[in-house]
Amino acid sequence: MSFGPFLLLALMEGMVTAAVLALAAVGLSLVFGVMRVVNVAHGAMFMLGAVIAWAVAAHLPAPAWVGFLAALVVAPVVVGALAAAADGLILKRLNYDPEATIVATIGLLYMIEQAALTFYGPDARAVTAPFTLRLQLPWFGYSGYKLFVVAAAVVVLLAVWRLMTRTRAGLVMRATQVDREVARAFGINVDRVYMGTFALGAALAAVAGVLIVPISQAHYLMGGDPLLLSFIVVIIGGLGSLRGTVIAALIIGLGDGVISMFFTPTLAKIIATLAVAMVLVFRPQGLFGAKA
Amino acid sequence: MNGGMNGGMKAGAGVWAVHLAVLAALAVAGLLLPAYHMTNLARIMVLAVFAMGYNLAFGYAGLLSRGHAMFFAAGMYGAGLPVWHWGWSAGPALMGGTLAGGVLALAVGLLALRTAGVSFMIVTLMFAQAFALSILYFNDWTHGDEGFVLADTGRSLLGWSMAADGPRYAVAWALFAAGLVISVLLVRSRFGRVMVALRENEERARMLGIDPFAAKLRVLVISGLFSGRGRGLCGAVRLCRRRFRRHPYSILPMLYVLIGGAGTVLGAGLGAGIMFYLTDFASSLTSAWLFLVGAALVVLVLFAPRGILGFVRARLWRDLP
Repeated sequence: MSFGPFLLLALMEGMVTAAVLALAAVGLSLVFGVMRVVNVAHGAMFMLGAVIAWAVAAHLPAPAWVGFLAALVVAPVVVGALAAAADGLILKRLNYDPEATIVATIGLLYMIEQAALTFYGPDARAVTAPFTLRLQLPWFGYSGYKLFVVAAAVVVLLAVWRLMTRTRAGLVMRATQVDREVARAFGINVDRVYMGTFALGAALAAVAGVLIVPISQAHYLMGGDPLLLSFIVVIIGGLGSLRGTVIAALIIGLGDGVISMFFTPTLAKIIATLAVAMVLVFRPQGLFGAKA
Repeated sequence: MNGGMNGGMKAGAGVWAVHLAVLAALAVAGLLLPAYHMTNLARIMVLAVFAMGYNLAFGYAGLLSRGHAMFFAAGMYGAGLPVWHWGWSAGPALMGGTLAGGVLALAVGLLALRTAGVSFMIVTLMFAQAFALSILYFNDWTHGDEGFVLADTGRSLLGWSMAADGPRYAVAWALFAAGLVISVLLVRSRFGRVMVALRENEERARMLGIDPFAAKLRVLVISGLFSGRGRGLCGAVRLCRRRFRRHPYSILPMLYVLIGGAGTVLGAGLGAGIMFYLTDFASSLTSAWLFLVGAALVVLVLFAPRGILGFVRARLWRDLP
């Protein structure tokens, strides 16, 4: 295969990474933007989405696509409810203190991972893709499901964008983000906004997990890499900025796709991690953020 | 703090009495305890050296670092690789481990301390990730994926073999004692006050003429030296697993410090001891001990954010360092 098609393949793989990453990172960014909470358990929510997708597919005696659609509904609802409970039982009682919530969500991360290990097991398990369409290009064939993942991510992200800019709920969330006290003075139930935001952020991670599972299998430790990448994306995109987050996800995803095609994966990861760390060090406000 | 020079000196004598009494009690315990608990206690003291280092950065200076697993690992490789490749003995190897932790902390600190708060946590986590990947990448040299067994020459110190219980306990105690004394001296010094000032309010500290960057860098390097020493010791006396495990080691020191009381010198050791026996007990019941670690973190931060000795300091003895 010559260079041109090879690059095209790398870019297409990068698009898939970018799409999933954008979903997970937008969830993290929403939570940080509105609540100023760094959710270290976000990767665990992603993993839970994938594991639930496997559980639904394995226990539902129906064609693969039915199970997949069911998982797309069940996973975000379950994970969102879990996040809402964590918010009410833990985060709220910590008064959303930044450092205390980091420690608490680290604890949450360990509890969720251990629970997954205990009830789901240490194996990586595959889920059949809902359809097996194959797109035949002149140089190589490409999985139609991967293109569907990109499309689905675009649809969900557009829905989030509409929610934030065009609905009353979005307005309330943005008002809380700008000033919690003033929002409360205007009669906004800030507690409910926080609970909803935390649940929404976790649900987005769960959707990303469901989408990725037919491509990469479900495993109880799969949340680590997406967590780190989401952090990177959110910070490079500028904390709390949705548009920046999506752009940064594209850069990181495509970059990852291209680098890992041309270098060994480990070296690629070392280079990418150090490069992004340098961006954080020398431009802490992110590439698109206005102020720190 | 306690009204006048006189009160300060009296408190100083009390502080030293308590800490030296703890050390004496540990020394006696080494003579009296059965072998099983003696090994455990040696292990706890080694972990406590690591935790004391973390406590200086996290508890006193307020640096929420996730990079300490990296300094810890640097200590292991700094001590272990020379033994493996060049046949060093344990003494120089320990120095090598300590230095490796400190040098890496200096390098990371120079870059990462340009950020603060959440960004600092993430940048240190990323450096740790890159470090862990590098260890795998240079596998021919580091044996990162399978670990390595040290020759016996690398495990003797001043002619004693570290494989025996008695000398091993003595070495662990000596390094724990050194760490404890250095910590008390440090936090009671002028620089100790600077660390607390940075934690409480960096802007005001700056207005008092303190250079936050230089001060934090010093804390981080000292903390890195402690971590490297703790891990170098671990390897030399074969008290902990040789394989580099990123996850627990980046969280456990934080847990120890939070249990014992962040910003208390003895808290790190107390937390390490409690958590060690709690984990020991829990793993006899279930293999799900990481769940316990997670639950302990959540419960602590919810109900006892100051830890055990933090409570003691708030209610009983204000001058506890």
